[in-house]
Amino acid sequence: MAVCIAVIAKENYPLYIRSTPTENELRFHYMVHTSLDVVDEKISAMGKALVDQRELYLGLLYPTEDYKVYGYVTNSKVKFVMVVDSSNTALRDNEIRSMFRKLHNSYTDVMCNPFYNPGDRIQSSGSVSLSRAFDNMVTSMMIQVC
Amino acid sequence: SLGSPQPLPPGSSAGDQNLFTSVYPTLSQQLPREPMEWRRSYGRAPKMIHLESNFVQFKEELLPKEGNKALLTFPFLHIYWTECCVSTSEGKRTRGGIGLKMSVALCMEGLSQIVCSCLCRCVVLSDPLKDSSRTQESWNAFLTKLRTLLLMSFTKNLGKFEDDMRTLREKRTEPGWSFCEYFMVQEELAFVFEMLQQFEDALVQYDELDALFSQYVVNFGAGDGANWLTFFCQPVKSWNGLILRKPIDMEKRESIQRREATLLDLRSYLFSRQCTLLLFLQRPWEVAQRALELLHNCVQELKLLEVSVPPGALDCWVFLSCLEVLQRIEGCCDRAQIDSNIAHTVGLWSYATEKLKSLGYLCGLVSEKGPNSEDLNRTVDLLAGLGAERPETANTAQSPYKKLKEALSSVEAFEKHYLDLSHATIEMYTSIGRIRSAKFVGKDLAEFYMRKKAPQKAEIYLQGALKNYLAEGWALPITHTRKQLAECQKHLGQIENYLQTSSLLASDHHLTEEERKHFCQEILDFASQPSDNPGHKIVLPMQSFAQLRDLHFDPSNAVVHVGGVLCIEITMYSQMPVPVHVEQIVVNVHFSIEKNSYRKTAEWLTKHKTSNGIINFPPETAPFPVSQNSLPALELYEMFERSPSDNSLNTTGIICRNVHMLLRRQESSSSLEMPSGVALEEGAHVLRCSHVTLEPGANQITFRTQAKEPGTYTLRQLCASVGSVWFVLPHIYPIVQYDVYSQEPQLHVEPLADSLLAGIPQKVKFTVTTGHYTIKNGDSLQLSNAEAMLILCQAESRAVVYSNTREQSSDAALRIQSSDKVTSISLPVAPAYHVIEFELEVLSLPSAPALGGESDMLGMAEPHRKHKDKQKTGHCMVTTDHKVSIDCPWSIYSTVIALTFSVPFRTTHALLSSGTRKYVQVCVQNLSELDFQLSDSYLVDTSDSTDLQLVPLNTQSQQPIYSKQSVFFVWELKWTEEPPPSLHCQFSVGFSPASEEQLSISLKPYTYEFKVENFFTLYNVKAEIFPPSGMEYCRTGSLCSLEVLITRLSDLLEVDKDEALTESDEHFSTKLMYEVVDNSSNWAVCGKSCGVISMPVAARATHRVHMEVMPLFAGYLPLPDVRLFKYLPHHSAHSSQLDADSWIENDSLSVDKHGDDQPDSSSLKSRGSVHSACSSEHKGLPMPRLQALPAGQVFNSSSGTQVLVIPSQDDHVLEVSVT
Repeated sequence: MAVCIAVIAKENYPLYIRSTPTENELRFHYMVHTSLDVVDEKISAMGKALVDQRELYLGLLYPTEDYKVYGYVTNSKVKFVMVVDSSNTALRDNEIRSMFRKLHNSYTDVMCNPFYNPGDRIQSSGSVSLSRAFDNMVTSMMIQVC
Repeated sequence: SLGSPQPLPPGSSAGDQNLFTSVYPTLSQQLPREPMEWRRSYGRAPKMIHLESNFVQFKEELLPKEGNKALLTFPFLHIYWTECCVSTSEGKRTRGGIGLKMSVALCMEGLSQIVCSCLCRCVVLSDPLKDSSRTQESWNAFLTKLRTLLLMSFTKNLGKFEDDMRTLREKRTEPGWSFCEYFMVQEELAFVFEMLQQFEDALVQYDELDALFSQYVVNFGAGDGANWLTFFCQPVKSWNGLILRKPIDMEKRESIQRREATLLDLRSYLFSRQCTLLLFLQRPWEVAQRALELLHNCVQELKLLEVSVPPGALDCWVFLSCLEVLQRIEGCCDRAQIDSNIAHTVGLWSYATEKLKSLGYLCGLVSEKGPNSEDLNRTVDLLAGLGAERPETANTAQSPYKKLKEALSSVEAFEKHYLDLSHATIEMYTSIGRIRSAKFVGKDLAEFYMRKKAPQKAEIYLQGALKNYLAEGWALPITHTRKQLAECQKHLGQIENYLQTSSLLASDHHLTEEERKHFCQEILDFASQPSDNPGHKIVLPMQSFAQLRDLHFDPSNAVVHVGGVLCIEITMYSQMPVPVHVEQIVVNVHFSIEKNSYRKTAEWLTKHKTSNGIINFPPETAPFPVSQNSLPALELYEMFERSPSDNSLNTTGIICRNVHMLLRRQESSSSLEMPSGVALEEGAHVLRCSHVTLEPGANQITFRTQAKEPGTYTLRQLCASVGSVWFVLPHIYPIVQYDVYSQEPQLHVEPLADSLLAGIPQKVKFTVTTGHYTIKNGDSLQLSNAEAMLILCQAESRAVVYSNTREQSSDAALRIQSSDKVTSISLPVAPAYHVIEFELEVLSLPSAPALGGESDMLGMAEPHRKHKDKQKTGHCMVTTDHKVSIDCPWSIYSTVIALTFSVPFRTTHALLSSGTRKYVQVCVQNLSELDFQLSDSYLVDTSDSTDLQLVPLNTQSQQPIYSKQSVFFVWELKWTEEPPPSLHCQFSVGFSPASEEQLSISLKPYTYEFKVENFFTLYNVKAEIFPPSGMEYCRTGSLCSLEVLITRLSDLLEVDKDEALTESDEHFSTKLMYEVVDNSSNWAVCGKSCGVISMPVAARATHRVHMEVMPLFAGYLPLPDVRLFKYLPHHSAHSSQLDADSWIENDSLSVDKHGDDQPDSSSLKSRGSVHSACSSEHKGLPMPRLQALPAGQVFNSSSGTQVLVIPSQDDHVLEVSVT
């Protein structure tokens, strides 16, 4: 169960960010933003690897006392960042990976929609149906009890 | 002796103690010298190890008891030493020699081994204390044996130990199982590995323990409690941090052994062991990484186990631990190593900073007033939990313990330590490029400074962080940081900055309504307070206050004439949460006199403006400067480059017109928080709107201006003033302009259709652009009538007056008065800058085109062919221009307009003969797009010879003629007496457009005049071909005879009187030349093909010519042409002279020169010139001349006749050509 899920554009501005409403939203924004430091580091370290062999999953970006921040980067340098409660020890690497894959697929669906302009924010509260599926998927990841 | 665990597997020895003592030095020295391969169970990789042993004297109690768990102090091998004398054949025994072969000299017994073979366990060491090769040899054998057995025994015991340990672990679900007990067992294993220098294996033992414990905690959290774990849940009483400076923290170890350890104790001890092993393994950076994980994990575990922890205790523990780990790592690495591995350690630094900060806040060290008594109590409690400093760091000046104690001791000391840590962390983050993290720590620091009432120090950190968030478009952090910055700026008294930040916050939708209102009120409060410096303006960017959405001109083309009124309506979207009263909204306008005078015309301007007059402004994308959305859309255009010489395409491509916008450098330094240096432009031209209340959301504001000077006005700046605060939009983009023009009155006359047709009524549109002139009552246009163009006055003609914007303002009946010379059109009254439009019908009278042709060209034998030729030359209509001079009321000069009318028809005529009977054919070709109805065709002889009759052969009086089609008319010429040498004819036909129902006026008929000359037939030429005598048919290749009969049909006529006529004895004769030509090469003319004959000028005079021709093909062949020429005597004055003989002899030449059998006047002339050119060398010589007889005078009665030629019998050649 994730407490915050963010999609970040290649230029590092958030395309989509959502956190559990009970928590301090601002804190997660800061956390996700700061985690981009590590994402950048990992991407530049990965740059040497062959593109086709590249692992999209970046693993644990950094732990904090209360949360673990995981990262994932698509080939077009769109980043997914997921914040998980540290107390949630049931979430293993494999689960995180599969969650990212689901997120990636859902994001690809959004991109495939001809009414979506790449680079636009994916509105989390919009009535636009194109983002609704994505939003629902994120919701399912956030309430999912593992 | 048994002792503390040392990296030695112990063995015990029994037997002759003195003997053992004597060999011991060599033994202990030699045993570790050679490595042994250590094969291991469970598929673990074999390792080379050096064995070293500790020997103790055998005692009964050393023998293992059941349930022994002490691997480390366990004797692996028992050796019995005895001296024996051996007599060998080789020599004497020495005292020091050991062993009789068969007796047990040295008994080595693995404890767990069953004694099965004594022999293999007995080793004889010969003369161990001598220095001989034999001694050496026996030593080597002994040592090898000892090593093997020692290792074997060790492996065996280790395996057994491991098995036991696993068994114990499997029992962990049973009640009464103790983790601490198990811990000690597995640690024993770890010690052994450590002793064997197998640190990796040792580490694995601890990691397994670590994982096992973690799993228990997790399970406990999930409700699956192990009761031994409850012991670890005792309240935390001590938080003195990790101790990593000793290899083994015996104190903690014993507490575990005694089952008294707390969770922190266990974790600390475990980590200290892991740390030690990792450092042995040269992996200090893993220590740092694991440390951070451990610290996070411990905090989580305490939470999970609901262990009661005094506030701040964990912070102390974490802080101390972080510093301890860092100092431990620093202690074993050099500076360069540390600097290149900051990425691994910076997390600990950051964590320590964070913890110190929260301790500071907790203990009241960050507040302005310093700690209160409650804070002090808390501090004392916290310090008590630290206990006394441990002896190993007691002498270290910068020990974590001392640091923490000092930091908590006073406000100043805390500040010093906190700043040191923060700066170090920021610096480290920055140095490894983790800018965001650095900014985040910086923000904490700013918060600290704000608490310490040092906003001047906080500002730079807030600005730095904000810039970072703005650059990457993170809305919530932007809002939050901006809010902090606003407070900072307020404290600093930076009024402009504060107001600007406030305006940004007031428009920020991420804030609550209340917060937004607060910041808006801050601006309004400032604006309303009386300024000590009147006239001082605070200029702020408008963007956050209100946005310009769209602009609309009225008139919509944004063109207004001098004196006209222009309205500009703008939509401003107020970003403020409350209605704001604005004293004035001002648009600064830049005026420029338009240099391109053509641009000043209303027409040009109307064409080049947006059609609806609405200009939309792109919405501001203020907080996200990097996002793609803020970039303008690509403006792509096709590009063609053509060669200047032949206009062929050279290159083509797509160009981006706004590449300078797209590829410009992102202005990294632009900060929206700083006053942007917006300058107020003071222009002479302003549009102003006063006292407007801007409601939240869209507001319509209308500016009204009266146009004064002609020129172009560009809207530059938009300002809104609230008290002394001015919100300025420095540039209005896209560029908005309006034009003021002054225009001279103008008159345009143009046909309604593409072209005007002559002969029928056509509509012409008059457009009067009044410009600055006002049409008064009685103003009229005076048209001086052109000849042959009528202006048809229709009663229902109306003039429409349009305003400048093409809106119809009025219409009035047109009064037209015509006199002989002048047509006067009175214009309706119209104000300046209006347009009057009306239509008039004009009629161009059909005028006969110039007299067509001479008689020479008449009487063509094949008129159809001629018709075809003409069609090829094109469809250009004959045009006539009519110039009309118009006097306009606004000018003393007349306007001359030219109207071009096209004649819709083209007419040609032809003379046709049949013997002596003559016919005139007139062909009317309709070149226009319209269909016409033709009626009442007449052909009259204008010369009025009563003798001549024109009998029409046309039956229908009405005949349609369709667009691009032709109609033919034929008349027969009849006469009773001698016909006149020439005939002047006029053809006329009435016509009207086929589509039109009824024409108001009767139309003039279309006329065509022409002249026909020499139309009377004088000679009849008849040719005949006969097969060779005795043959029925002509055959190819055989000669046939050609007989030409030339017959004179009339007596002497007027036309015969020319130079060729000779008179003798009242008989007249003339000279003719005949020529036989076969253009189609069917015949070969043999012998002379031409000749000159003297022809009597008398009726029925006949001349017969014989010739021989040979058919070249079989079939029905047309006869060769026979031509007649008048043979004129030489005349020096005549330019067109021919050497008859020269070309009579030259057949091929004659063929060429008479190729065109249809001479018309123009081609005849050109032929004449050709002749003169090629015969120029003969000029001056007395040459006879040839003159073609006009076609009407010769009738070829055998034209069209064919002769049957049959193929010759021996001609079987078939030509086949293959391509």
